[in-house]
Amino acid sequence: MVDLSTKVSFALVPVAAVALFFSPAVVSAQSMTYKSAKAAGVIGEKPDGYLAVVNGGNADARRVVDSVNIKRKAKYTELASQKGVTVQEVALSTGCNLITKLQPGQKYMTPSGQWKSRDGSPPERDARCP
Amino acid sequence: MKKHNKMAGQYVSASLLVALFAVLPVSGCISLEAPDEPIVIELNINISQEVVYRLDNDAKALIDDNEDIF
Repeated sequence: MVDLSTKVSFALVPVAAVALFFSPAVVSAQSMTYKSAKAAGVIGEKPDGYLAVVNGGNADARRVVDSVNIKRKAKYTELASQKGVTVQEVALSTGCNLITKLQPGQKYMTPSGQWKSRDGSPPERDARCP
Repeated sequence: MKKHNKMAGQYVSASLLVALFAVLPVSGCISLEAPDEPIVIELNINISQEVVYRLDNDAKALIDDNEDIF
């Protein structure tokens, strides 16, 4: 009995993982984290190296975005002072890489301010990206 | 005496003319002096692009070292 239930629950793991990945509805207000919101396309990457809520979103998504953006800015500021460059330059350079690293289906903002999903093609990035 | 004066007058006016020609180019040079304020050429976009390119590896390392926020 124990063996059977263990097997069944293990068999359900990939199903649950797939469901979680493809369904934004699974990201409930209580459990919304940075990673789950990003995977679900609720929040996306901007060209300037910061996150934003895609198309309005909700209060929880905005809370996640604000919280992570503050931590990002602290890291950008640290690296900028180490390298003797501006925070904006570090942030933009990181943003270039973050958009490239997105998985298919995740959201990013184009330089013209339009939200797009990553797919197989190269993303539309800032002209200054390497 | 009169002749001598005339000669002297010619000499004076000629030397004045020479002095004038000697001074003219100098005063011309002075008028072309550079302004006190530094000449600022707007190169922000190019500088930024160069810096963004130079920071690429640091940005990649920053992302890898802080997976929880990137």
